[in-house]
Amino acid sequence: MTEQIAVDVRPRTLAEKVWDDHVVVRGEDGNPDLIYIDLHLVHEVTSPQAFDGLRLAGRPLRRVDLTIATEDHNTPTLNIDRQIADPTSRIQIETLRTNAAEFGVRLHSLGDKEQGIVHVVGPQLGLTMPGITVVCGDSHTSTHGAFGAMAFGIGTSEVEHVMATQTLPLKPFKTMAIRVEGELRPGVTAKDIILAVIAKIGTGGGQGYVLEFCGSAIRSLSMEGRMTICNMSIEAGARAGMVAPDEVTFEYVRGRDHAPTGADWDEAVAYWKTLPTDEGAVFDAEVFLDATDLEPFVTWGTNPGQGVLLSEPVPHPAEMSDPNERAAAERALEYMGLIAGTPMKDIPVDTVFLGSCTNSRIEDLRAAAEVVRGKKKADNVRMLVVPGSARVRLEAEAEGLDQIFQDFGAEWRFAGCSMCLGMNPDQLAPGERCASTSNRNFEGRQGKGGRTHLVSPLVAAATAIRGTLSSPWDLQNDASQGITHDAQDTSTAEREAAL
Amino acid sequence: MEKFTTFTGIAAPLERSNVDTDQIIPAVYLKRVTKTGFEDALFAGWRQDPEFVLNRAPFQGASVLVAGPDFGTGSSREHAVWALRDFGFRAVLSSRFGDIFRGNSSKQGLLAAQVEEADIAKVWAAIEANPGVEVTINLEERSVRVSDLTVGFSIDDYTRWRLMEGLDDIALTLRNEHKITEFEARRQSWRPQTLPVK
Ligand code: SF4
Repeated sequence: MTEQIAVDVRPRTLAEKVWDDHVVVRGEDGNPDLIYIDLHLVHEVTSPQAFDGLRLAGRPLRRVDLTIATEDHNTPTLNIDRQIADPTSRIQIETLRTNAAEFGVRLHSLGDKEQGIVHVVGPQLGLTMPGITVVCGDSHTSTHGAFGAMAFGIGTSEVEHVMATQTLPLKPFKTMAIRVEGELRPGVTAKDIILAVIAKIGTGGGQGYVLEFCGSAIRSLSMEGRMTICNMSIEAGARAGMVAPDEVTFEYVRGRDHAPTGADWDEAVAYWKTLPTDEGAVFDAEVFLDATDLEPFVTWGTNPGQGVLLSEPVPHPAEMSDPNERAAAERALEYMGLIAGTPMKDIPVDTVFLGSCTNSRIEDLRAAAEVVRGKKKADNVRMLVVPGSARVRLEAEAEGLDQIFQDFGAEWRFAGCSMCLGMNPDQLAPGERCASTSNRNFEGRQGKGGRTHLVSPLVAAATAIRGTLSSPWDLQNDASQGITHDAQDTSTAEREAAL
Repeated sequence: MEKFTTFTGIAAPLERSNVDTDQIIPAVYLKRVTKTGFEDALFAGWRQDPEFVLNRAPFQGASVLVAGPDFGTGSSREHAVWALRDFGFRAVLSSRFGDIFRGNSSKQGLLAAQVEEADIAKVWAAIEANPGVEVTINLEERSVRVSDLTVGFSIDDYTRWRLMEGLDDIALTLRNEHKITEFEARRQSWRPQTLPVK
């Protein structure tokens, strides 16, 4: 009995608290705990075999009321009213529709107001909230950890397991605190923080851990910014990322379609306030990052850990002490068609992609629109703006952002994963170079032979204006030298030239 | 999952080592949306050859595969197990298996029985002497009998127990279904519900 009390008062981390509150059966002798899943998100790519498994075994889907599906990976971003041209994409989506209908799962199909990238849909509906467990057959499920939820990606057998039992047998994760202190300079964003973290700890640095992002720089971020950071925890190899819930979180959730109301809301908030990591709780590892001197960040290689400040040059592999790292850097530079020592800012791009579950929320679109408003796009660059969900698209249109982007010369598309992974027709051609607000710069990720530089929405916007990798700081510099990039000026100049 | 205690079926010799998951099922078949119907994809690269063992008369109906060492190495694709299962295999004998393949097999009721390399050679000889001969696998005794030859195999206790009970992960979890139900009864009403609000 005394032992029990001792266990209960031990200071715990946020992750431990959420875990403990979901243990259905505590595993003995190193066996896994059976963990209850509050919310199961489903999309067309990783669900068909799981539904099939249920059918084969004659099992029902245990909790359709905790399951929700959307179409995102394969969906086109143009002509969404027409039949999907690619037959494999079409079949995957049609299969999801048949399965959802058969098992009674709520599905948001292409054309529906709530359709969109699965990790944008959960939060916007108010389904993602603090203190819950969220899974999805998709590694970027870590996004939802921004609310103080325990959220992670799972494989197809596990998808079936959750469908059948609403639980998963899991061994506890280790915990790592990532403390980011200080005030971000204007022009520096959440994306730059997480790219800097990954460059610091490496793409395997988080393996086996749940990362808890804390510190004043994290506290001052909006929910969108926190989602960007948790989204990319997986790129550091972590199982999940989390941020303790606070007033910012509560305000974001409050009033959304599925947010608790009345007495439920009060009970929820009272509980949510108990979740932040206790004073004196011990993490298995800790990392510190100073946000004060952070600058816009950009990747130069083919994994998200290969990044530098935008003001720096392409690194020299020869200067890397680790032989594996050096070999990887050499391979990456060859694939990327880059020469060591080239200033990152001199690198011209063909495409700018503003989208993906990392940076396609309304705040991301607003920030980028603010930069390009009234400006003229660089001639050789095409820019795709792909809202994360149909609702984000509608919101943006209500604010006139679509007009700003189109006046600028960007393409305004329908919602989905799009060029993040190019499962739909939005792909890079071989050798094309892209400044992308997405999360993975793997070889061929955005199209066979395509070259990806991961950037923030602000950098994406500035790059679209200048045609080379750039940040809003470069625009300020240009302005101080009398170069404004204004659309108006150009058209005046063109008119004069025409006379 | 079907219970596996003893099983008798035609054995097919696959006299190759290092049969990786890309050989078992090439990547192009991973685009499918089903978990069944992979029988045509099994060893697709080799099945073009009419002389390939599974294309020959007595082995077309084989249900036990007797393979060389390091079977099922490579990628984590569960499709490799699905393809073997869909073709009709209930067991694979080899002296060494890829780790993930072995784990995936146990999820799908396919027995990955580890047999000494010398004993595999004896089983191959017995099959060669009498093509189409049936082997009997006894999971309780951990033995394989073919004609008058009996050899042992190893498998870890937990997997053996699960196979004998016919328990997949889901079935195992559902043994605690009452605890899940109890947990659900305690679940606070503020927690998310996906069904349309109105
Ligand atoms: S936007 Fe990209 S990373 Fe996000 S879910 Fe879609 S494909 Fe995955």
